[in-house]
Amino acid sequence: MNRRARMLLPVILLAAAAAATGFAAPQKTIVIANARIVPVVGPDLASGTIVIKDGKIADIGAGISVPPGADIVDGKGLTAFPGMIDGYSFLGLQEITGVNATVDNRETGRINPQVWAIEALRYDSMHIPIARSNGITAAIVAPTGGLISGRSVLIKLDGWTNREMVVKNPAALQIEFPDIRGGRGGGSGFGQRGGGAAAQDATRLIAELKDLFASARAYEKRKLYAQKNLSVALPDFDETSEFLLPVLKGEVAIMILVHADRDIQAAIKFVKDEGLKAVFYGAEQGWKVAADLKDSGIPVIISQLYAAPPVWDDGYDQLFMNAVRLARAGVKIAFSSGSATAAKDLPYHAAKAAAFGLDRREALKAVTISPAEIFGVAGEMGSLEKGKAANIVLADGDLLEQRTNVKAVFIDGKPCDMSNKYTELLDKFKKR
Amino acid sequence: MKRTLATLLLATLAVLCAAGSAAAAGSLLIKNGTILTVTRGTIARGDILVINGIIARIGKNIAAPPGVPVIDAAGRYVLPGLIDSHTHIALAGTNEGSEAITPEADVGAVINADDTALFTALTGGVTMAHTMHGSANPIGGPNVVLKMKWGRPSEELVVSEAWRTLKFALGENVKQSSRTIVAGGPPPRYPQTRMGTNAILRREFLRAQNYMAEWDRYEKLKGSKNPPKTLLPPRRDLRLEVLADLLKGKMVARCHDYQATEALEFMGLAKEFGFKIAALEHAWEAYKIADELAAAKIGISVFADSWAYKMEAAEGIAYDAGYCSKKGVLVSINSDSNERIRRLFNDAAKTMKYGGLSEDEALRLVTINPALQLGVDKIVGSLEVGKQADIAIFNEHPMSAYTRCDMTIIDGDVYFDRAGIIAAREEAAKKGGRP
Repeated sequence: MNRRARMLLPVILLAAAAAATGFAAPQKTIVIANARIVPVVGPDLASGTIVIKDGKIADIGAGISVPPGADIVDGKGLTAFPGMIDGYSFLGLQEITGVNATVDNRETGRINPQVWAIEALRYDSMHIPIARSNGITAAIVAPTGGLISGRSVLIKLDGWTNREMVVKNPAALQIEFPDIRGGRGGGSGFGQRGGGAAAQDATRLIAELKDLFASARAYEKRKLYAQKNLSVALPDFDETSEFLLPVLKGEVAIMILVHADRDIQAAIKFVKDEGLKAVFYGAEQGWKVAADLKDSGIPVIISQLYAAPPVWDDGYDQLFMNAVRLARAGVKIAFSSGSATAAKDLPYHAAKAAAFGLDRREALKAVTISPAEIFGVAGEMGSLEKGKAANIVLADGDLLEQRTNVKAVFIDGKPCDMSNKYTELLDKFKKR
Repeated sequence: MKRTLATLLLATLAVLCAAGSAAAAGSLLIKNGTILTVTRGTIARGDILVINGIIARIGKNIAAPPGVPVIDAAGRYVLPGLIDSHTHIALAGTNEGSEAITPEADVGAVINADDTALFTALTGGVTMAHTMHGSANPIGGPNVVLKMKWGRPSEELVVSEAWRTLKFALGENVKQSSRTIVAGGPPPRYPQTRMGTNAILRREFLRAQNYMAEWDRYEKLKGSKNPPKTLLPPRRDLRLEVLADLLKGKMVARCHDYQATEALEFMGLAKEFGFKIAALEHAWEAYKIADELAAAKIGISVFADSWAYKMEAAEGIAYDAGYCSKKGVLVSINSDSNERIRRLFNDAAKTMKYGGLSEDEALRLVTINPALQLGVDKIVGSLEVGKQADIAIFNEHPMSAYTRCDMTIIDGDVYFDRAGIIAAREEAAKKGGRP
């Protein structure tokens, strides 16, 4: 640890202690001074000041006067970035992936619009502080499996209860189409998810969804009619229809896990036909239908890049190039970890795409402002701008580099505890 | 596609060799790269001359001998081909899990040179991998070290200079923790506990000692003045032959372990029976016993941070590799995967954050350190004159997240060339074929 960091950290720890003691104590004004600032939206500042008040960025820029009585964090030698947002994770739903007792992200059955990720979210998961201390301040937490997996939630990575962590709930209804077929040499990421469903194709599943949607619409019609006419019996309670209706009305977006080019085209048509609000997740062959994706306006959450190309013939670098090509085609993309145990690696997926040609600034946007836009929270987070939540990361280098050390993280203006399972065990055995 | 790729690679090779003479095979000159030698520091704008697969010269302003093709590495990084100390790639079988003790089951007999993982490895700058028996058994079988010579027959891949290694395994896999015991189904296999695992290992070592003693007695009698006419040799036991080789120091042990206790107990067995442990695999709790490992000069071959996938990996902290390195343990970062193998350099870079290693120290974890663990440090693992020309060229420093492997060379032959692949892809696109 360098001298500067040593000077900086006590201030933060004091603030963290203060924040921990008072349940709803008014937050003291915190000022980050002398830091290089990468607001993501707008130009970088070589050296600037950020004033944090009531959890928000009260002011940001160069030559800002420090309000009296504020705690000052010296950011000299450090860079302030907006906190990163993971576009798809299992944070809080998985602890030890191989131990079923600790896994809550996959309900049995195929049609589960009634399940909510937030209701199982383990707010004190050991994986959350690890991701947070690497600069991730918000994440989509999604259920998986079946055709309709349940409702995802957008959380901030801070809170004493599951509900305290909610930013947006539900974030989306999760729908999953089968894996790409004909893969060869494909590995880790694929094959697991498809399971028995791999033999089915998206067309048939879309027909099934349309049928469910039609049933839900008919169900609602009958219900409304019965409500107006006491002599008409209410329809039997139908759980699936009840929980699909908010999607049909456009109140809840859907996130569709879709892989192959033809399936993507079919999914675009489905979204259009049904008039849904949609986000795609995966879209590994999106580059083959990039123009269609661009025209549809549907954004894409790139699935984690720690995977072999699902189709060998697409080329060894296909997953990386997909992100590059989609971005170049004008499709809005965001990166994701697809994980709980490796959620901290979110920035490295973005960097990997940059290694293969994605503009570095675009890569940074795709873990900050772009996911915020995709999930409709860009007014609150995703960049360092006046009035936004003070979700700020102070790092000693490029946020997407493995070597970079994150020195401090603020969520809603609160300095976060940087300790985690890694540091706790390390500290324990260092004493040996 | 594999065939197309192989053709493409051959075409690339042909182009590289087209410059003229027969001397060109396995010969090339890499010009003006930043050379990360690993053992001899960094050379800015340096050249490497390779003749017949061996590094002939490293320095500046080296002129290409006639017929030797030149690779321009200006602005790029030239480093030793990466070495993966623990994989299961290029095998037609991994686990002989029907019995707990199978030292005769040699993965070297089932090398599959068609495995696309060989090519995947090349795309991440990997030139050599230790490809191992699985972890289903306390004693699995002998492993093999391969060069990633995609497109060549399996026998050309084998690195005969490497130590002979024998796979051991402890913990959850061995005691079959993830298996459900069904009523009326087959009885569970012994061992089902860590106690049983250590006991079965001790039993086999005692049995091997007994076997060796029996042969010694036979040889002694046979060599005596008047050997009895009825003297018969002991029955040969292929299982115990392998263990005897280990106890005689002709092989070294590589042991899959997670928890500190089982690692220490296995180290105890090594001491008791006098065999060498070249490295512990995964070793997710090595940081808890770093002093013991350093004192016993036992290395570890670990993930950077893939953890919490089972109970015994629940305390596998990302500081393991870096912390143990600082404590003097010989550490390598492995992939244990057909996919992760192409981003070993990314994993190594994580030890800079978790453990505070320098760029150079981090790079050692995937070059010279695995070479030391495999007994091939005299021939590969660093860029030195006289070593085999296994070389990777990256566009950025290999410890940067923004880096990419552009070329991979084995024994002076180009096995992966990103520019060539892209050119072929564009050519195919022009012709309306598959990109």
